[in-house]
Amino acid sequence: MSTLAIDKAGPSRQVKHGSISRDRAWALRWSYFFLILFSIMALTPPLYMVITSLKSSAEISAATNPWWVFHPTLSNYKELLGSSQYLRFFLNSAMVSVFVVVITMLISVPAAFALSRMKFWGSATLATGVFLTYLIPDSLLFLPLFKMFAVIGDWTGIQLINRWYVLLFIYPTLTVPFCTWIMIGYFASIPKELDEAAIIDGASWLQTLTRIFIPVALPGLIAATIFAFTVSWSQFLYPMVFTTSTDQLVLPVGIVTTLIKGDVFNWGQIMTGALLGAAPPLIIYAFLMDYYIAGLTAGATKG
Amino acid sequence: MVDVAVQPNRIAPARPAARKSGLKTALKRKSTTAFLMTLPLILLIGILVVYPALYSLHLATLNKSMHKFVGFGNFIFLFKRDTFWLVVKQSCIFALTAVFFKVLLGFIVAHFVHNVPANKQRRWRGMLLVPWVIPPAMSTLAWLWLFDPSYSAFNYTLSLFGIGPVPWLGDANWARFSVILVNVWYGAPFFLIMYLAALKSVPEQLYEAAAIDGANWWQRIWFVTLPMMRNIIAITTLFSLIVTFANFDIVRILTSGGPLDHTHLFATWAFKLGIESGDIPLGASVSLFMFPILAIAAIFILRDVTKRGNEA
Repeated sequence: MSTLAIDKAGPSRQVKHGSISRDRAWALRWSYFFLILFSIMALTPPLYMVITSLKSSAEISAATNPWWVFHPTLSNYKELLGSSQYLRFFLNSAMVSVFVVVITMLISVPAAFALSRMKFWGSATLATGVFLTYLIPDSLLFLPLFKMFAVIGDWTGIQLINRWYVLLFIYPTLTVPFCTWIMIGYFASIPKELDEAAIIDGASWLQTLTRIFIPVALPGLIAATIFAFTVSWSQFLYPMVFTTSTDQLVLPVGIVTTLIKGDVFNWGQIMTGALLGAAPPLIIYAFLMDYYIAGLTAGATKG
Repeated sequence: MVDVAVQPNRIAPARPAARKSGLKTALKRKSTTAFLMTLPLILLIGILVVYPALYSLHLATLNKSMHKFVGFGNFIFLFKRDTFWLVVKQSCIFALTAVFFKVLLGFIVAHFVHNVPANKQRRWRGMLLVPWVIPPAMSTLAWLWLFDPSYSAFNYTLSLFGIGPVPWLGDANWARFSVILVNVWYGAPFFLIMYLAALKSVPEQLYEAAAIDGANWWQRIWFVTLPMMRNIIAITTLFSLIVTFANFDIVRILTSGGPLDHTHLFATWAFKLGIESGDIPLGASVSLFMFPILAIAAIFILRDVTKRGNEA
């Protein structure tokens, strides 16, 4: 049940002699060869982003070797970080992602607790339903959701379409089902004796959740938080549908619609923008790789 | 796993003798608390997932201005259009090919990582998962630039070997290849991680027993690894089929469905019809064609979940 176990070292193998060890050595050499090959394939696009982001427009349009920077410059970075429009995209993305993480946690942690520990009528059906919801793709829901919010706007006069905060209503449909599901898994792996002891000591259900379950299931909580953040940060379809004015756009849509439009593609800036946009998830990944992978594997192995 | 015993009524006591006084009220309070804790979740799923899903069924039966009921009119209209059949064909080609290669590559690379000494695996895994971590919209921009018609870095490299410029996104078949390539690049690391985790859970004794019985590496994979990983392969494939069928970002950014609608998927075409052309009902009808694959997945997963529920 423990999903973090995958990070432990694999079972240690005994050193054998003779032909098996020779086979192993060759297998190892081939493994390294192919791993290097696949790593090059995996890292080419991001590295090419870095290379292009360091080039001036003149160097990009000159027909030199595209894989090398002859005159590195930071002008693309300076220009983008000095542009209030780009900073606005970044701010919108950050606000949306942070709020969505908070909303997701507030909804999914209590729900997962109730579904994993406090059985009530229909709780099993609901747990399965949560999982099925996770499977419904965004591309099936964006048109009815768009129409729904348009109708709400007509009826109540509250205009939500083309406001960045409309995404706060919509993104939880992507994050909450999965986070609830993995939290159910983490909570279910906590021994029953622990919360029984707490209840006997007179703790209320809420206290059991905040004093026992949340601290014990903290790795799961971190994994779920990372998931919710990265999903909100990279979502592309919903902001594409719901927001159009440049001051309401989030980062991915902002880069695609404002930097690509026009006759001249400014590839240096596009790549810089994309690289900076990819930075937050990459930084989180670099520091919290184990939690990231735990969240990834928890979702599907329990499916 | 969650204990999924459905209780016939709300106050069915699990341990009747545990508490003496106020048993009923206590249990009642517990289930009320539990219900209140799940209420936001129920509301969210009900209002923003289930209702829109049903609403799209309704939308699909309206005309463009959404004032008149046209029954199956939108579907009849779609069936007559060549573009629709192109989209169906391309969605199937795209999803099946991409998932196949993601599974295959993930499986193969997982073995390579697994072969490496345990203390070095982390580093390789870390590098190989990077495509999955970068937001797909951002990395697809890098691919768009790599595929650029006049400055393509791939074409520059190929020209060194005397291979002529490849119209990566200009020609229908090359464009199909390119969107699949990008999707495989983005998705394969996920399978790698899944299969690596699954490989580690196969007991080493099984391989030792197989080796003693004289099995070669192919037999070890076929008779030990694959049977042990059958479940995880099935589940990841199913998930990935759904996600790949529903893909939007990659095709939208790389080709916007072009050249001549040859790379449109259900999602990108529904977006084009529903949002860009303003015909929401027609777009909703197109996106409804993703339902069959979802239904199949749901049946399999429901079966699996009930099985697991019984095990717990």
